[in-house]
Amino acid sequence: MSSRPEFQAPPEIFYNETEARKYTSSSRIVEIQSKLSERALELLDLPNDGVPRLLLDIGCGSGLSGETLSENGQQWIGLDISDSMLDVALEREVEGDLLLSDMGQGLGFRDGVIDGAISISAVQEFDLFSVFDKQWLCNADKSSHVPRLRLKAFFGSLYRCLARGAKAVFQMYPESVAQRELILGYAMRAGFSGGVVVDYPHSTKARKEYLFLTCGPPSMSLALPKAVVEDGESCSEDENGSDGDNQTVNSRSVMLKNISFCLYYRTHQLYQIRCLGQCISYISLWILNKLLVRISDRQRPSKRQKTTKKGKGKGWILKKKEQMRKKGNAVPNDTKYTGRKRKTHF
Amino acid sequence: MRLLTHNMLSSNIKGVTNGFPLGIIIDKSTQIEVEINTDFLKTMFSKIDWKALVDAATLMGYSDLPEEVDESMLESEELLNKFHHALLELHLEEGALICPETGRRFPVSKGIPNMLLHEDEI
Ligand SMILES: C[S@@+](CC[C@H](N)C(=O)[O-])C[C@H]1O[C@@H](n2cnc3c(N)ncnc32)[C@H](O)[C@@H]1O
Repeated sequence: MSSRPEFQAPPEIFYNETEARKYTSSSRIVEIQSKLSERALELLDLPNDGVPRLLLDIGCGSGLSGETLSENGQQWIGLDISDSMLDVALEREVEGDLLLSDMGQGLGFRDGVIDGAISISAVQEFDLFSVFDKQWLCNADKSSHVPRLRLKAFFGSLYRCLARGAKAVFQMYPESVAQRELILGYAMRAGFSGGVVVDYPHSTKARKEYLFLTCGPPSMSLALPKAVVEDGESCSEDENGSDGDNQTVNSRSVMLKNISFCLYYRTHQLYQIRCLGQCISYISLWILNKLLVRISDRQRPSKRQKTTKKGKGKGWILKKKEQMRKKGNAVPNDTKYTGRKRKTHF
Repeated sequence: MRLLTHNMLSSNIKGVTNGFPLGIIIDKSTQIEVEINTDFLKTMFSKIDWKALVDAATLMGYSDLPEEVDESMLESEELLNKFHHALLELHLEEGALICPETGRRFPVSKGIPNMLLHEDEI
């Protein structure tokens, strides 16, 4: 998406029939979205027992992200504000149920029933929708509080419908630091803890941000265990010398225990842990794996490239599942339904 | 829309204190056979509101679910098959969902409930 849709019109108007089709028929977009979804699922780090979980796909669009969930054997409910996008999802016969719904109005689910949520490239759109209110309604007073109310309704309702300990991962392209802080702030106020995982922070093209939220107080696994902080690395970038450098491993760990949000910046082999604009520590990829998620080596060229042209046939799925089994992951059994043919994707 | 989703949905109109379960109006329904996953059913069981499921399934023309269940009955393959059928194979295609408190209709078209709220419902 070279020109950002959210600057052009609100999503339910921007994603009309033509745009919805264009979006879903671009093989480049299909590939990008499925990679982002796979990464989000990885960050979601669901229990490794092969049992499907009930997930939400927020801003599911034409079902590209949901398809990744299905391929991983998960059950999902997708919601989106654009009926044209949902129509394309229907045509593509996605496996999840679909709802026409605006996340800014809050989610209408019972308390504690959802096992996790992903949202791929959608959050920045719903927040900015308010900018258009301003332009179109010319009601400065109203528009100043609308985005806040929408964020509050969204994160509040998401927190309530998630089971305790459940996670939500939002891949987003924040328009500005201020927007990210606004979104983070409302997530925190709703009761979430978590952080932002930034892959490839120094590449404008490859840079990807994932807001990572856990339902409930910061879990022990988010607080860094003392022994594993890699010290001795100077936090050169963005650091004004006054703090950080001389701190001992211990005090850093203490600091990390007391914050519920931090940024994980990926720099070569290390992740910078940043809080309040400061780099407070570096940890190795291995440690971040332990802490947060299982992160596959993103530096390697994607194996996916070869397979996308031909489409993911049954063979591809079986092979992938076999690989996952070898890695020791619990994977649903192969059955006659595995990789069954769906309507062609146009 | 499957009854799994119906069982999770709740009306979030402003001021509504108990938006569950949503009433169902059926103009058209279908059945789509899918593979059973007993592990999923067993983990979902604790989250399912059984009465709402029984009532919804009955409306959809499937009245084989027992009124009362407890965890121990999940050992029965027969019960699991029925639970599976009701939860994941019955689809509401056309009709509406009704907010139990306000009576507001959420239209369902092509299997997709329109849950968008009006200005004054937020
Ligand atoms: C870039 S698309 C991504 C779709 C899908 N997640 C994927 O990976 O292909 C963004 C989607 O977010 C949806 N969206 C934007 N604002 C929304 C809102 N307030 N509520 C629900 N969906 C929204 C848009 O309609 C659009 O389908």
